[in-house]
Amino acid sequence: MSAGGPANAAGLRRDALRERLALFSLSLPALVLVVVTMVIPVAWLFWLSFLADDGSLSLVNYRRLVVQPSYGRILLTTFEVSGLATLICVVLGYPLAYVLSQLRPRVANLCMLGVLMPFWTSILVRTYAWLVLLQRNGLVNDWGKRLGLWEAPVSLVYNLPGTLVGLVHIMLPFLVLPLYGSMRAIDRDYLRAAANLGASPAAAFRQVFFPLSLPGLLAGSLIVFILCLGAYVTPAMLGGGRVIMVANGIATDIQMFFNWGAASALGVVLLVLAAAMLFIASRLTRLDRLFGSHGT
Amino acid sequence: MMHRRTLLGSALAAASIGGRAARAADAPQLTVVSFGGAYQEAQSKALFQPAAKALGITLKEETYTGIADLRLKVKAGAVTWDVVASGSGSAAHAGAEGILEKLDYKTIDVSTFLPGTWQDYCVGGDVFSTVLAWNTKTYGAHGPQSWADFWDVKKFPGKRSYRNAVAGSLEPALMADGVPADKVYATLSAPGGIERAIRKIKELKPHVAVWWTSGAQHAQLMKDGEVDMVNGWNGRFDAVAKDGGNVAYTFNQALLDYDAYAIPKGAPHKDLAMKFLAEISKPQYQAALTGFITYGPTNSKAYDLGTIAPAYAAKLPSFPANAAKQLTVDIAWYIKFEAQASQAYQNMLTE
Repeated sequence: MSAGGPANAAGLRRDALRERLALFSLSLPALVLVVVTMVIPVAWLFWLSFLADDGSLSLVNYRRLVVQPSYGRILLTTFEVSGLATLICVVLGYPLAYVLSQLRPRVANLCMLGVLMPFWTSILVRTYAWLVLLQRNGLVNDWGKRLGLWEAPVSLVYNLPGTLVGLVHIMLPFLVLPLYGSMRAIDRDYLRAAANLGASPAAAFRQVFFPLSLPGLLAGSLIVFILCLGAYVTPAMLGGGRVIMVANGIATDIQMFFNWGAASALGVVLLVLAAAMLFIASRLTRLDRLFGSHGT
Repeated sequence: MMHRRTLLGSALAAASIGGRAARAADAPQLTVVSFGGAYQEAQSKALFQPAAKALGITLKEETYTGIADLRLKVKAGAVTWDVVASGSGSAAHAGAEGILEKLDYKTIDVSTFLPGTWQDYCVGGDVFSTVLAWNTKTYGAHGPQSWADFWDVKKFPGKRSYRNAVAGSLEPALMADGVPADKVYATLSAPGGIERAIRKIKELKPHVAVWWTSGAQHAQLMKDGEVDMVNGWNGRFDAVAKDGGNVAYTFNQALLDYDAYAIPKGAPHKDLAMKFLAEISKPQYQAALTGFITYGPTNSKAYDLGTIAPAYAAKLPSFPANAAKQLTVDIAWYIKFEAQASQAYQNMLTE
């Protein structure tokens, strides 16, 4: 093993470098794609947000966000709705993922198909479907009346609850998938060991299983929350103009005010806030591990 | 009403502009752009093609998504359109912005036009109304007849829908607040006028179930019986009623607005475009248009030709008896105050 000396070591270094370059060149297309479709537009947006109507550099767009009360409220609504939707997803998704993870893999895969099915339909179609179901003369109200649950039609849509229903429906798979993955990875022997040491099933779940599933839960929640921040179609259609999120505000700025600068500023603020959330989350947990990288 | 479209549409149109810009504009033909769909089909059959034939020119029709597209073209110095169809408000904005040519009213005869349906930079093509519509299942054939009724939730209990944008939204509020129709714009222009209207809308806010964003949406809301009352565009409700929907509307206190034609700054065939506008503004063309779509003519002489059936004419927004009940939208007010009012409206909506 010791034969070769410095010349061999240099050769090894060269090989390592070549391998790294080869790997890098493999990722080049993806990198170019990200730069062209993501980095450049965002940079342009950033630049636009600092331009006044007459094209001079200015903070006028950001000033507007502060001075006009609507923008603060829009941001607040966005975080409120996203937080609520994430919470509901967790409450619904955790038991679901748990049950799935306890099934035999073949059965679990079949059930997973059910979870993934909504992905095969466009968001627009699914959102319209909710509209049909939840509206005043819709199916749910009809059945509720027929079953004597309520007499006058109940407002199920064109409000916050309706928006949440639509969002949760769309977001649930994004929570269940990483959560299911992390639950599957938990070694059952740990639970058996806990039982062996006298833990009740509830205690074993609480003290062993739940903590081990946390990384998956956090990853899923983060994905859901951040996706919710950018929601446009669902609040636009199911919110009835009463649930106005950032993406809807951006559309208004462009369509009604022809104001790209103001819209860009709003986009930048959302981006910064989302990045800040990710940063905080990364400080609280090991984010790289959450997203499946096992680097040291 | 055709000029409200999606962001995606604008983006796609913007993307396609680059390709078209390269084409030189030396062909001796006129390029007209409108909003596509049933509206442009009506325009094409009733106005564009017959006028081109009469003038002996070749005509190219294109489709766009609104003035935002034109703004990009003019800024890029690559104007290929000679005539654009647009909403009156957007056209007024565009004119004030300097991306339209001033129209020559020595060439275009507007002497028999309804007052207020032509401006420096655009000439009206058809008239539509923002009316009060109601669900006939809820209120019968004789529903609410004024904006005061629309606001009266005791006399007319039920769900309302109102526009999510400021255009056409403040005027009804002031009329409901007791301002006579002919004083509405004076009140809105005076200090505190916009705030007064917004306050009145805030009063109704708990009863507004849906803030609608498009004509298609408010038509659907009435068709589904989702709301009992709405302010919206008359043509859409006619379509819903024709489809068997339970909807009726009144022209009383409605807002009279119009779609218009303009010539972009730097249009390749400006003089020809002017002649073209003069041609399609003639009463016989405007009368023909009503046969394809339920929008009224801006040229009131179209009613005197006898080509529009009297029973049908009485349903059109610009029919003299109907027009007399309405308030004509004041474009000048919008140019001056829309940005400010819009912001106040958005603040109200997010409250």
